[in-house]
Amino acid sequence: MSDSAYKNMWENLNLDIEAHDGLLEVLGKFYGDIYMSQEGRLKGMEYLDFVLSEVHGLRIKELMDAKEAGRKIIGTFCVFVPEELSLAVDAIQVGLCAGADAGTEAAETVVPRNTCALIKSFIGFKMAKICPYTESCDLIIGETTCDGKKKAYEAFGEMAPMHIMEVPQRKEESDRVLWKSEVIRLKDELEKLTGKTITAESLKKGIKITNDKRRALQRLNKLRAAKPTPISGRDVLLINQVSFYDDPIRFTQSINALCDQIDERIANNEGIVAENTPRLMLSGCPMAVPNWKLPYIIESSGAVVVAEESCIGTRNSRDLVDETGETVEEMINAICDRYMKIDCACFTPNNERMDNIKELAEQADVDGVIHYSLMFCQPYTHEAFKVEKTLASESIPMLSIETDYSMEDVEQLKTRVEAFVEMIS
Amino acid sequence: MIAGIDIGSRSMELVLLNRDETNNEVVLERRLPTTFDPAAQLKIILEGIAPEIISATGYGRKLVTEELCGVPSVSLTEIKAYALGVSHLFPEARTILDIGGQDTKAISLMKNGKVAKFEMNDRCAAGTGKFLEHLATVFQIPIEDFGNYALEGDQPLMINSMCTVFAETEATSLMAQGKNPRDIALGLHGSIVRRTTNMLHRVGLNEPLVFAGGVANNPCVINMLTHSLKISPSVPERPDMVGALGAALHGKNLLKIS
Ligand code: SF4
Ligand code: SF4
Repeated sequence: MSDSAYKNMWENLNLDIEAHDGLLEVLGKFYGDIYMSQEGRLKGMEYLDFVLSEVHGLRIKELMDAKEAGRKIIGTFCVFVPEELSLAVDAIQVGLCAGADAGTEAAETVVPRNTCALIKSFIGFKMAKICPYTESCDLIIGETTCDGKKKAYEAFGEMAPMHIMEVPQRKEESDRVLWKSEVIRLKDELEKLTGKTITAESLKKGIKITNDKRRALQRLNKLRAAKPTPISGRDVLLINQVSFYDDPIRFTQSINALCDQIDERIANNEGIVAENTPRLMLSGCPMAVPNWKLPYIIESSGAVVVAEESCIGTRNSRDLVDETGETVEEMINAICDRYMKIDCACFTPNNERMDNIKELAEQADVDGVIHYSLMFCQPYTHEAFKVEKTLASESIPMLSIETDYSMEDVEQLKTRVEAFVEMIS
Repeated sequence: MIAGIDIGSRSMELVLLNRDETNNEVVLERRLPTTFDPAAQLKIILEGIAPEIISATGYGRKLVTEELCGVPSVSLTEIKAYALGVSHLFPEARTILDIGGQDTKAISLMKNGKVAKFEMNDRCAAGTGKFLEHLATVFQIPIEDFGNYALEGDQPLMINSMCTVFAETEATSLMAQGKNPRDIALGLHGSIVRRTTNMLHRVGLNEPLVFAGGVANNPCVINMLTHSLKISPSVPERPDMVGALGAALHGKNLLKIS
């Protein structure tokens, strides 16, 4: 995956080349073990293999070229940041959530040790200078979705250009007012950064592009639920992960092409696993690249993941922005409405999430649910109790897992997951 | 014949069952320390027997392969193995507590003996056999006698830490204060029991409760558990063989089906 042709580019981005090589090596090895070893993969996955093999190469080159041409790069950590707005000022939005145990020691000098791995990772990536995306950004948008992030952005903001959106914690009318003012504040900030004004036309286009991406993912999520499932959970997870940093139009096309192949598979009644393989849903915290530990353990324990209730999953694609708005004001309202439907665990109460989980479990006809939360993640670890209760009322068994990015608990996780699979088979 | 083998962090056990459908009597039992070379120990434990199938459980279950043992092999988790083993010995059992060398598990069973829910300790060895073993060495008492030693105490001293290392610090500082070491030992047993009762309540403690795994040989833990739960657990005659027995039963079931 490492390529000397890109070395100059990385140096210009001020990456720590040695540490970065180390990261690429780990990423490449993981990828080989976890993805390339799968049998009977769809041809369309080659596109994703390519995207991933070029994750720090070609895609960064594209970003650099775009910057050269005057476009801005916006980094985000959360699905609350409306990509529609970035697109409307002709900027490129990339997701930065980091999923590897890197730079942790450095991170622990600015955030407490009992902070979730995701936060430590994005800070670690920055401090260790190993993430070309972080280094490419002209502006990084943070959001106040949990105390950990909220406070971590104070430290992070000293190292990178940041704008923070306040995400409300309830869904009352006053919260929507707050959220709308935050969306408008972001709009102003983006206009200032790019020198471009958002027009009805540019915003409409932004909404269309983002919705198309979501529609492609919705299509994929529907198809994966077929019996036997035509695609592995790992591959769908990867697709969802890639949706955060690839070019949205290219991504949409490729996923639709992949879905055409899946249609064929389904027509031929072909599955990636045998029809009687236990079907699981993963639910909970987002899994940023290359956090593939748990999905890999699940799928090597004789089960298959057929649904993801997560921000790297259906939470990101379930709802569309209404496309009928004609004025900027109408469209901003539509955007606000759509984003207020996000059922992140940061809300209180958050009963929509329970309804959505029930619905998804039913649609995908799962035999069980694995609830995943990152260690020290208050919002999701709390909700695990509620989710379990909700599922119990539907007689769907659930296993609750709390872990981080380290490998020290792999054996215990295997035992747990295998026992859960035995239990539901 | 069918071999069930349980490779734990500390010891490995073997149970041999007849192929006879109506008779599940144990033909042979063996036990060896796992050591740092479990593959070699595995060979030793299998010496002189020729089972049709080996069914392996425990931490080292993946170690048992056809290549290594020369016979077909299957594996299952300790959770399922204990469920099978316990249900065989106590058909009425509804909850299992298994404290082994490195793991503690609470399992609730459905009426048909299938696993309904389970809990397992996470990464550290708090509240497991390892915890007792380590502290027994601090007291310079053989692990087999540690339970009886603690039972001689009458005022359990509170040990707050679940962490093996911190618990040792607490115990030694109590010793330095001149407290009765038997009371300290009693306190240490109490801390294991507190932790496991929490786990049992999380899976929904239904009676009858069966206590298995190596630590079920410890009379002090049994005693304190009975006291705090107000339930007296049934303890198999050889609590550390239950995993291997369950594995063997699993192997036998598979042979029946095929
Ligand atoms: S879990 Fe919540 S905070 Fe995290 S990305 Fe999703 S919406 Fe944002
Ligand atoms: S995983 Fe939990 S604690 Fe970590 S950033 Fe997300 S919501 Fe916050």
